Amino acid sequence: MEPPMENHSPDEGDQSSQEEKHIFDNRENVKRLIRIFFSICFVLFILDFIIHLHLSFEEGEFSVEEWPGFYAVYGFVACVVLVLVAKQMRKLLMRREDYYEH
Amino acid sequence: MSINLHPALFLILGGLILPLFRGKVRQALLIIIPLLGFINLLGHESGDFWSLYFGGYDLEVLRVDKLSLIFGYLFHIAALLAAIYSLHLKDGLQHMTGFMYAGSAVGAVFAGDLLTLFIFWELLAITSVFQIWARRSSRSGASGLRYLLVHVTSGLFLLTGAAIQYQNTGSLSFKHMELASWSSYFIFIAFGIKCAFPLLHTWLVDSYPEATPTGTVFLASFTTKTAVYALARGFEGTEQLIWIGALMTMFPIFYAVIENDLRRVLGYSMINQIGFMVVGIGLGAGMGVNGAVAHAFNDVIFKGLLFMSMGAVLFRTGRINGSDLGGLYKSMPFTTGFCIVGASSISAFPLFSGFVSKSMVMQSAADQGHLVIWLMLLFASAGVFHHAGIKIPFFAFFSKDSGIRCKEAPINMLFAMWVGAFLCIFIGCYPRPLYSMLPYPVDYLPYTATHVLLQLQVLFFSALAFAYLKLSGTYPPELKSVNIDIDWIYRRLLPGFASAVLRVGTPLRTKIINACRSQIDRGFALIHRHHGPEGIFERTWLTGSIVLMVTIALAAYLIYFF
Repeated sequence: MEPPMENHSPDEGDQSSQEEKHIFDNRENVKRLIRIFFSICFVLFILDFIIHLHLSFEEGEFSVEEWPGFYAVYGFVACVVLVLVAKQMRKLLMRREDYYEH
Repeated sequence: MSINLHPALFLILGGLILPLFRGKVRQALLIIIPLLGFINLLGHESGDFWSLYFGGYDLEVLRVDKLSLIFGYLFHIAALLAAIYSLHLKDGLQHMTGFMYAGSAVGAVFAGDLLTLFIFWELLAITSVFQIWARRSSRSGASGLRYLLVHVTSGLFLLTGAAIQYQNTGSLSFKHMELASWSSYFIFIAFGIKCAFPLLHTWLVDSYPEATPTGTVFLASFTTKTAVYALARGFEGTEQLIWIGALMTMFPIFYAVIENDLRRVLGYSMINQIGFMVVGIGLGAGMGVNGAVAHAFNDVIFKGLLFMSMGAVLFRTGRINGSDLGGLYKSMPFTTGFCIVGASSISAFPLFSGFVSKSMVMQSAADQGHLVIWLMLLFASAGVFHHAGIKIPFFAFFSKDSGIRCKEAPINMLFAMWVGAFLCIFIGCYPRPLYSMLPYPVDYLPYTATHVLLQLQVLFFSALAFAYLKLSGTYPPELKSVNIDIDWIYRRLLPGFASAVLRVGTPLRTKIINACRSQIDRGFALIHRHHGPEGIFERTWLTGSIVLMVTIALAAYLIYFF
């Protein structure tokens, strides 16, 4: 299983024409990969309703965990929050590259 | 007792003789020494114990049990991998100090008393700094110096704690302690510095990215893992560690998202991974500590693998910033593949090593009812996939084509990465050998349908978030920049304060000196007036006038008494 990291905007076609084409130089391949990725996400979400789950917490201790799709939603929200907060942190923390050299 | 030698001996002495050889002989030694050390270590069994009476103290220079053995094996594997990875180097200094560094770590985990631990603890600091200085740039020089200062300080805390313990109990023995006495506080901080506790963590992200491409592979394997071992030995089940560890898993991932230097990203993600181990140690005996130790074992291999892949990129392109890289999968396809294996392992994908160890810590937190901690760890799991699992490979090897075309990594680097990748997958698919080495009996099955499905959901939907943010253009681009961290205090605030003091102080000092000088001058002038050549007290008087004055004085005396 490979993590789906190739599923993003392809290079802007700035290849010189002599060079051999690589797999993601073809936009079709990138699109195909993204489609496969989306379908895996969809299947995983559906499986939540099919497989009988044995959860981390004892029954009743943390009922939210029993909601269908809890892990999927948590993972998605966590990462969006992570990136948006980090983006704001840049305003406070970011300095020039040679900041410490002066 | 067997006829075996001390486990640290091979690596330390082997390191010392390395610079005497060149070329093929040294390359052969680089492979043979860790192998011999490993074979020697296999001869040691739990319960082996050597004591030494030295300078009035009973020192336990060797204590072997399951906890120290697994770290001993791990450090030998790591030393071998790093040696293979650095086989192409001609720099004898790096080879020598690298092995001595690994040997110090081995010595530290087998130390049964605090004084022996202290000696190896300091040796660890002194030998490791050369991996940073070997870059031979002014930045690495300064960074190495800061690194050394921090680690020597950690050693001083350890020594102070050891001295207080000896004073109070008459024993230097290093065993489980309660966090309730001065000695334990000092020792706790000493371990905390090396373990990169929050606020004490900046040495790691400051120095690791400044080391040589091969040096970072050495550095990432030993220092922090020795500290994890020491915490597990001394502070297992200490509740404060649960919260400290949970914080460590959380805050670095924010930094990792906006950091440009990809090896620094790995530095932050390293703190995040150590956080999981620290939580495990805090959760205590049984599954918590087992999870922590197993995760330390896996982390050395997959983090080493990631640092190796980034080191190869730096070695071939001379660049390591996300903003400068991209599209390297075309030039370095094997390195790309190995990096993805490392990234999948650190993200705890099923069938990769992180999956079988990180989950032990999380399940242990859930079993003990730590809901908030568990949610923090789950957040951090999603986050680590986001920045280490996706960001590292994506910006280095895919993303926008940077136009860089280079050669694939040298064959020795590729081989070291291959071994690392093999171990990641092997442990991930077949965790039983690892589980059997853990300090407590393992009663845990990582591969249940629930666990696999839920973990995949977390990971894929984190990736979905990345895809969504990237496609919608919200994702923060890689920018040439530095982000200030706590080290700002000692790299900017304190020096700034000092220079402000100088700026205000220098004129003030001149003023005060001038004022003093003029007072002194006036004093001298006064003395000069009275005692100088023209002064009233220095005039030469006539004998007659003196006689007259004495007569007057005598007359006054007589009149007064009659």
